Amino acid sequence: MAEATERLLAPGAYFDRVNALGRSALLPALGITTFLLLWQLAASSIETSLGDFPGPRDVWVQTSNLVDEHWSERARAEAFYERQEQRNAERLARDADAPVRWRAYTGKPTFFDQVATSLATVAFGFCLAALVAVPLGILCGLSDPIYRAVNPVIQVFKPVSPLAWLPLVTMVVSATYVAENPLFEKSFLNSAFTVALCCIWPTVINTTVGVAGVDRTLVDVSRVIGLRPLTHIRKVILPAAIPMIFTGLRLSLATGWMVLIAAEMLAQNPGLGKFIWDEFQNGSSDSLGRIMVAVVTIGIVGFLLDQLMLVLQRRFSWDKQAILR
Amino acid sequence: MDRYLELSKIGKIFDTDSGTYEALADVSLKINRGEFVSLIGHSGCGKSTVLNIIAGLERATSGGAILEGEEITDPGPERAVVFQSHALMPWLTVFENVELAVNQVFRTRKSRTEKHDWILHNLELVQMAGAANKLPHEISGGMQQRVGIARCLAMQPKVVLMDEPFGALDALTRARLQDTLMNIQAELRNTVVMITHDVDEAVLLSDRIVMMSNGPAAGIARVLDVHLPRPRNRLALAEDADFNHCRHQVLDFLYSGRHLREELVVIRSGSSNTDANSGSGHIAA
Repeated sequence: MAEATERLLAPGAYFDRVNALGRSALLPALGITTFLLLWQLAASSIETSLGDFPGPRDVWVQTSNLVDEHWSERARAEAFYERQEQRNAERLARDADAPVRWRAYTGKPTFFDQVATSLATVAFGFCLAALVAVPLGILCGLSDPIYRAVNPVIQVFKPVSPLAWLPLVTMVVSATYVAENPLFEKSFLNSAFTVALCCIWPTVINTTVGVAGVDRTLVDVSRVIGLRPLTHIRKVILPAAIPMIFTGLRLSLATGWMVLIAAEMLAQNPGLGKFIWDEFQNGSSDSLGRIMVAVVTIGIVGFLLDQLMLVLQRRFSWDKQAILR
Repeated sequence: MDRYLELSKIGKIFDTDSGTYEALADVSLKINRGEFVSLIGHSGCGKSTVLNIIAGLERATSGGAILEGEEITDPGPERAVVFQSHALMPWLTVFENVELAVNQVFRTRKSRTEKHDWILHNLELVQMAGAANKLPHEISGGMQQRVGIARCLAMQPKVVLMDEPFGALDALTRARLQDTLMNIQAELRNTVVMITHDVDEAVLLSDRIVMMSNGPAAGIARVLDVHLPRPRNRLALAEDADFNHCRHQVLDFLYSGRHLREELVVIRSGSSNTDANSGSGHIAA
C-alpha cells in the first residue's frame, strides 16, 4: 500500500502521465472551458438595445433553433414539390396535352443553405485564384526578368481591400456576363471573383519564393541532364517547392474566407455574410444570438478548411515525415 | 593521343559587392581521351570554377573550353557531373534518380526495356542494384554518392566531372568508393576530371595531377605525371617508392608555400580580401 502510494507520488512518473494526457486532451479542454466561462461572464454584463450580449448558452439555443428551422423548411419544400407533382399528374390525366408548369420552391434559404453557398463560392474563387497563381508563381520563381516585371504589380495590388474591388467586379460582371440560361448567378460570380482577386497574392508570392529557393545543386543536375522545361518543372521544381506552394495556398484560402464574408455582407450576395446582415437588420431578441452562431460557424469552417489543406499537402508532398502545423 | 578536352587561356572575373575579383587567370590544359586528371589546390583557388566552366554551368570571362573541337557554352549530359553533395532528388527513388537522366539522354535511342536494363546495369556497377527502390534519405552517404556516380555513368558522358566526390565521406567509405571507381575506370576508360583535397586520393586515382596556385588570379602552377602501373593496390602502394615520391611532390607544393603566386593580381583595391567562395553562390571550392 505504502509502496503504491510512493510510486504514485514519485514526481517523475506522475508528471510523465499528466504530461502525456495534458498534451493530448486536458490542456485544450481546459482552455476551451476557461474561455466559455469568461465569455458567459462577460456576455451577461454587456447590455445592448437587443438584450444581453449572446453567451455560450444563447448560441447553443439558437443553433438548435436554426437546425429546426432548416428541417421544417426542407419539409415545406418537399410538401410543395409533392403537391406540384400531384397537380400536374392530375392535369395530365385529364388531358394529355395540357400545359404543365414546374416551379422551383422559392422559400427563404436557411442558415445551412447559406453556409453551403458560402463554401461553394469560396471554393470556386479559390480554385480560380490557384489556377492563375501557381503557374504565375512558378514563372516568377524561374525567371528573374519576369519576376522583376511582375513584382511591382503584385506589391501594389496585394494590400487592396476586397471591398474596394467589389463595385468594379459587380459592374464588370453585370456588363459582360449576359447568358440566356446563366450557369452561375451573377451574385455568385461577384463574390467569387472578389475572393479570387484577394486570395491570388499569397499563393503567387509564396510559390515564387519556393521555386526560386530550390537547391542550386538540384537545378544544376537538371541542367547537366538537359531536362526539358516541363519535365524540369514536374520532376524537380514542383516537388521541391510543394511546401511553400501549400503555405501560400493556405494563406490564400484563409484570406479568401475572410474576404467572402465581407463581400457577401456588403453586396447582399447570398451566403453567411448576408445571413449576418439580415439578422442585424431584423433586430429581434434572437438576432444577436444567431449572429454569434454565424461567427462561431465562420471560425469553425475556416479551421476545417485549413485542416483540409493540410490533408491535401500531406497527400501531395513527397516528404511524409514533415511536421505540418 | 589526340587532345580531347582543351582548356584555353581561361580567365574568370566575378562581380562582388566590393568590386570585381579575378578568380582565374590564364588556365590552359590539354586532356587526352581516357585520361584521369585530378585538380588539387587549397580552398578557394578556383578548382570548382574550372570544373563548372568545363561542365558549362558557368561561362569563362575570357578564353574557353573545347571538347572534341567544339566550344563548351552550355551544360549537357556529355559532360556529366558528380557533385560533392550527391545531389539526388530526395523525392525520387534510387532507380528513378538514374531513370530521370537515362530517359532524357536516351529518349528514343533505347527501348523501354533497354533503358530499364541499362539503369540496373549502372546501379550494379556501383553495387547499388539492391537498393534500387530506396529513397535517398534511407541509404548512407557513401551509398548516395554511389548512386550519384551511377547516374553520371548512365549518361555515357564524353567526360566525367567529379567535384570532390568523396569529400563528405569518412575515410573507410572513401577508400571503398575509390576502389569501386578504379574498377569501373579499368573497364570503361572514361575521361575524368576530378577535384580533390586529398593528396593520397589524387595520387592513387590519377594519371596526371594538376596543382593550382591560390587566388586571386589562380592558375595552374605545376603538373605531375603519375606513372604508377595499373591496377593499383592501395596496400602495395603504401610501401612503393614511386607512390611516395609523387605524394611528397604534391604535399611539398601544397604546404611549402609554393602554391602562393609571387605577384598577386588585384584588379581593384578592396577586393583582395574577398574569398572566391563568397563572391557567388554558384561556386564552391
